Amino acid sequence: MAIVLLLVNLLAAFLASSATAEIFRYSTTGDILGLDPHTNNEGTTNAMKMNIYEGLLHRAWDLSLHPALATQWQQVEPTRWRFNLRQGVKFHNGNTFDADDVLVSFDRIRSSQSDMSYAVGTVSSINKIDAYTIELVTTVPDPTLLLALPAFLIMDQQWLEQNEAMQPVRGTMAGNFANTHANGTGPFRLVERQADTRTVLEPNADWWGEPRHNITKAIFQPIANDATRVAALLTGEMDLIYPVPLQDIDRINRTDHVRTLEGPELRTIFLGFDQWRDESLDMPGSGRNPFKDVRVRRAVYHAIDEQAIARVVMRGAARPAGLMIAPGINGYPGEPMDQRLPYDPAMAKRLLAEAGYPDGFPVTFDCPTDRYVKDEAICTAIVSMLQRVGIRVIPNFQTKTLYFDKISIKGGNRTSFFLLGWTPNTFDVFNTLQNVMTMHPEGHGIFNCGRYSNPEVEQLTVQIQRETDPQKRDALVREAFRIHQEDVGHIPLHQQYLAWGMADTVAEIKQRPFNDVDLRYVVMRSGTAAAAQTSSGGDRKP
Amino acid sequence: MANARTRIAGGTRTRFSAHLGRRLVRGCADQLIDSPATVVALLLAFGFCTMAVFAPWLAPHDTSDVGTLDLMQALRPPVWLEGGDWAYLLGTDDQGRDMLSGIIFGARTSLLVSGVAVLLATLLGTAVGLFCGWVGGRPDAVLMRIAEVQLSFPAILIVLLIDGLGRTAVSTDLHNVAAVPVLIIAIALSNWVQIARTVRGSSMAEKNKEYVQAARVLGIHPAAILLRHILPNIFAPVLVIATLGIAGAILTEATLSFLGVGVPPTQPSLGTLIRFGNNFLISGEWWMTVFPGLALVLLALSVNIVGDWLRDVLNPKLS
Repeated sequence: MAIVLLLVNLLAAFLASSATAEIFRYSTTGDILGLDPHTNNEGTTNAMKMNIYEGLLHRAWDLSLHPALATQWQQVEPTRWRFNLRQGVKFHNGNTFDADDVLVSFDRIRSSQSDMSYAVGTVSSINKIDAYTIELVTTVPDPTLLLALPAFLIMDQQWLEQNEAMQPVRGTMAGNFANTHANGTGPFRLVERQADTRTVLEPNADWWGEPRHNITKAIFQPIANDATRVAALLTGEMDLIYPVPLQDIDRINRTDHVRTLEGPELRTIFLGFDQWRDESLDMPGSGRNPFKDVRVRRAVYHAIDEQAIARVVMRGAARPAGLMIAPGINGYPGEPMDQRLPYDPAMAKRLLAEAGYPDGFPVTFDCPTDRYVKDEAICTAIVSMLQRVGIRVIPNFQTKTLYFDKISIKGGNRTSFFLLGWTPNTFDVFNTLQNVMTMHPEGHGIFNCGRYSNPEVEQLTVQIQRETDPQKRDALVREAFRIHQEDVGHIPLHQQYLAWGMADTVAEIKQRPFNDVDLRYVVMRSGTAAAAQTSSGGDRKP
Repeated sequence: MANARTRIAGGTRTRFSAHLGRRLVRGCADQLIDSPATVVALLLAFGFCTMAVFAPWLAPHDTSDVGTLDLMQALRPPVWLEGGDWAYLLGTDDQGRDMLSGIIFGARTSLLVSGVAVLLATLLGTAVGLFCGWVGGRPDAVLMRIAEVQLSFPAILIVLLIDGLGRTAVSTDLHNVAAVPVLIIAIALSNWVQIARTVRGSSMAEKNKEYVQAARVLGIHPAAILLRHILPNIFAPVLVIATLGIAGAILTEATLSFLGVGVPPTQPSLGTLIRFGNNFLISGEWWMTVFPGLALVLLALSVNIVGDWLRDVLNPKLS
């Protein structure tokens, strides 16, 4: 009897799975850097973690804020916020979520090895009122508190204690437990993870919300090579790839069963310089660091032909930028300020000579090869542009895991000159000022890898954080960006456009204005996943 | 063989060179009649070498200096297609690098890396082989077991392993400077075994021959016997293996550069060029990968055929 029952069950399970198996396979250039929700603040990695973990609030694909682990909130005083927590929520391991988990996660995200402390930047303490009510106390009245909170992901206290994972460990691909395992409350749970190979998620059947997606399994596989990634889409091996190499957009749109989804991205790609060391890493014994001289930084700016990069390397799929944030970010100072210094190699040479480097100087240029759209080609183009004005640039191309460890705090910011991209996670200007453009106070400058630090900008940043009057705040932002532009603290290059390639197996996907996939919004065409498997050879154009 | 037996101290080397020279000339003449393919291959190999040596003067653009790259000229098709330019016969890549010049400089890098690597491998392999053949016993057993273990791994794995270790040994800041030497050493270390085993076998056979015994009786130092008497007599197969090894090394270097762990992208070798072009393969800009690929095939093929020809010519059983 038992055997018959078992067989019937198996058969039912088989039928159910074959009828509705919506397996979503997707790929991007590089693997996620780990699963620990409190380290590795990087786009692709964050998106994956947010499939598994949740914060008090959730930011939807259109950037609107929605209740997640908190059901409602209220600013009881300018510096005190009360949150009611969702009841009956379970972590993937079955543990119940309550206020203690929030408190533990708060301590963890503020610890010294965390990369995500900006998410609770102004929060000085969290008080437990009862098991499902908490109060956040901020140091100053913070008008942007809610914008940052979706990145404050909540972990399970018991799970952390059992697995001795209370402390996050900084670094890409760190081998600590919380970076290789996951246990959140989110709509997806981790089934399998092989670093650099595949990460498999399945829907969390006990999720509190109403799923919008219809997938039964999501498989994420990084494919670094452009042509291979496109081929994987064309042959039906992948349902979605991003980014589509710019040279292949036409080709994909000309093919029947695949299409591209394009849109603006809020990421700004920029160059940074070491402005902190007294002696450049590449000029040992000289006692000099050319990048401490604003004339040298300005010379580099004049030497770069961003129009050419945007037109040729990016094939027009980029918007040249003069500011460190994109239009669309809250606090954007406006078009008139968004101007680049003109391309003028003669001026660059003159400035270098004035600064005492008529024959240029050597410098290593740190560049990732699998992070941003065309990163390697952009860097190669910049190397040749700078070479022409006499700066002897030695490019150091590395995959993002090595690259981030070298230029970030983890590696002691061991870089003189680097290419980086930044999307403010909060979609507010303060996030960029805090993480990229200032060093102080504590918790600032996590990705200010060249340690640009101007006391005026830092003073303004503190004011911007507190200012509640939007007009006054915008004025402060403009002033901070004006000073940063004058200092040439960084050289903004462009905002890249998003280009995703999708197979017909995907019915709908909501593209957020940053380059990664939130699985909550993936809707597969019913029954096509299985059909595509069998007919992928037939409906292809030659 | 009778010739070798009568050789004694002193005159061996000159006679050997004269002998080898005669065999080469005679073989060359025979082959000219027998196989035009060999002649073509010889010419090609010679052409590639000339191109590599005189690259700075032959190439229309100096692609070894990235400062000369012009983005405005990027993605030009070859001259016979619409949009082509006579200044860029084979088109340009996405950085405006002239493909023809890129291939000329790329062949230079490829030949330099593989040539030096095989030279190192030959030196090491010959030294180990002679030593093992002469000394025998335990040192021979130990070294040959090491060689056999290495032989059981594919060469590319060995190179990747050594290259990886080499890279971790030098600090990240020196990667670009150290990339080429590390690559050369890695390829050399993956190639020494075949040469060592051949030399060992041959020298074991030679050391019991009368001319060696005669040299010993005369009290000549073993090192001198090895270098001046045995080595010249066993050098022909080494030459053949080394030449064929160059073809293999060219492909190994190309494979590594294709994988992105070879020479730095600012001094592209043929493999690097293929890697760059590969991203554009299905988007219509085929020239970026087809031409370097063709160059690589021709280079490896011609060196291989030359190696085969050397083997035939130098094989005493055939001549």
